[in-house]
Amino acid sequence: MSDLLRNILRFAVFILIQVLLLNKIPHLHRFITPYIYFLFLLWLPFSVSRQWLLIIGFLTGLTLDYFTMTPGLHTAACLLIAYVRPFLISVLMPKDSSDFNYREPSPKAMLWTPYLVYVFVLTLLHHGYMVFLQWLSFGSFLDFIIKVIATTAISMLLIITVELLFPRKMKFRTNTS
Amino acid sequence: MRNIFLFIRRYRTLLTFLFLQGVALWFLFTYNRFHKAKGLGVANEITGWVNSKYSNVESFLTLKNENRRVHKMNDSLLNLLSRNFMQVDTSGRLVKDSVPFDTLGNYRRYYFRPASVVYNTVNSQKNYIQLNRGSNHGIKDNMAVISSDGSAVGVVVNVSPNFSQVMSLLHVQQKVNASLKKTGDFGTIDWDGKDPRRLTLRGIPKSIDIKMGDTVLTSTYSYNFPPGYMVGTIAEVVTDKSTNFYILKIKPGAGFYNLQQVFVVENLQYSEQIKLNLDTRKKLKIQKTTKSE
Repeated sequence: MSDLLRNILRFAVFILIQVLLLNKIPHLHRFITPYIYFLFLLWLPFSVSRQWLLIIGFLTGLTLDYFTMTPGLHTAACLLIAYVRPFLISVLMPKDSSDFNYREPSPKAMLWTPYLVYVFVLTLLHHGYMVFLQWLSFGSFLDFIIKVIATTAISMLLIITVELLFPRKMKFRTNTS
Repeated sequence: MRNIFLFIRRYRTLLTFLFLQGVALWFLFTYNRFHKAKGLGVANEITGWVNSKYSNVESFLTLKNENRRVHKMNDSLLNLLSRNFMQVDTSGRLVKDSVPFDTLGNYRRYYFRPASVVYNTVNSQKNYIQLNRGSNHGIKDNMAVISSDGSAVGVVVNVSPNFSQVMSLLHVQQKVNASLKKTGDFGTIDWDGKDPRRLTLRGIPKSIDIKMGDTVLTSTYSYNFPPGYMVGTIAEVVTDKSTNFYILKIKPGAGFYNLQQVFVVENLQYSEQIKLNLDTRKKLKIQKTTKSE
């Protein structure tokens, strides 16, 4: 399957899971909304240029926004993580071997610890910025802090579960091929 | 000039980021003020289509409960029929209105249209409900929405040809007139954005005797809601010594978690009432200016 087709399918699946499943969960607590759709952006191949990352981030956020009737909210957060992602990858990728032997970020390509740091930082940025924007129009400061922590924790839990349940099969690419 | 191009080329990514971020924030902040999203007309049709496909599947799972509720509603409708009509003094009437009326000379004031919910959330601070009826089916802005068991649900805020968006009672900017069933005192229902199982009723004076479980109904003063429909029951009284009014926590009558079939209620005299209201204000303003001269 080509990279393009694979990612388009992923996009549709992530958005549908977010809209039809996670947004509709009878709520556990008023602070907790589970989010996972932005994992799509974290899984994009290394080879995507920074400009395209921004554009893809914008479209992903906007699509979700039109479903949740909050135009701009998720878009702004997605743009932020799409912008920060390349910097994080260049800091966290192991430099010793020949670079980028794998196609996209995964526990296998980056090793578990750097991968979890990568996911954690971007999740925190996404939720922090999004809840901050919500808080600007409504809410108290304590709510804001608790909400960021709670949603980040539940998202991390979901993402780790997804990584363990659906390990992506990835070929090791050598320079010769 | 060359330097400008070099600058743009060097910081191309940052500039793209800032530009798109600006667009996103513009969407966000203009939307909150006007309830009109950029490009929503097209997007509403697409999201509505996806949601209705999913809703088709989901509605099977709660069919039994829904059936029971509809049956209960039908039962009670036999007693409620006269409430949808308004008495008109026939002796003083000169001109016949175009509003349809029945053989007893009662004018129809509220018209009910059935609709089903295709998308609904409860866990945001601004919850919207999407219905599978739109302007093609006669839905207009500001119509009231009532659940199949006769409890207030929300108000239509946006319409596309085949779908409409409803601002649920669980929305921090929603305000609905309501009154106590026992005494008829009226107040305002709003929501604090925290717990979807509790609405807040303000404006009931403390001189009134209140008991837990008292019923709160939609008020006769509301422009869009028909009077006498359930809003909820009193669940908690918050003591606040600084005012002479109760702050009452209301347990909503509508099940926001499993809404499926709703009624969209049109007040056939809505535009006339609003126009009268505006005209009065205009008239009073003119009188005031002429008096001061």
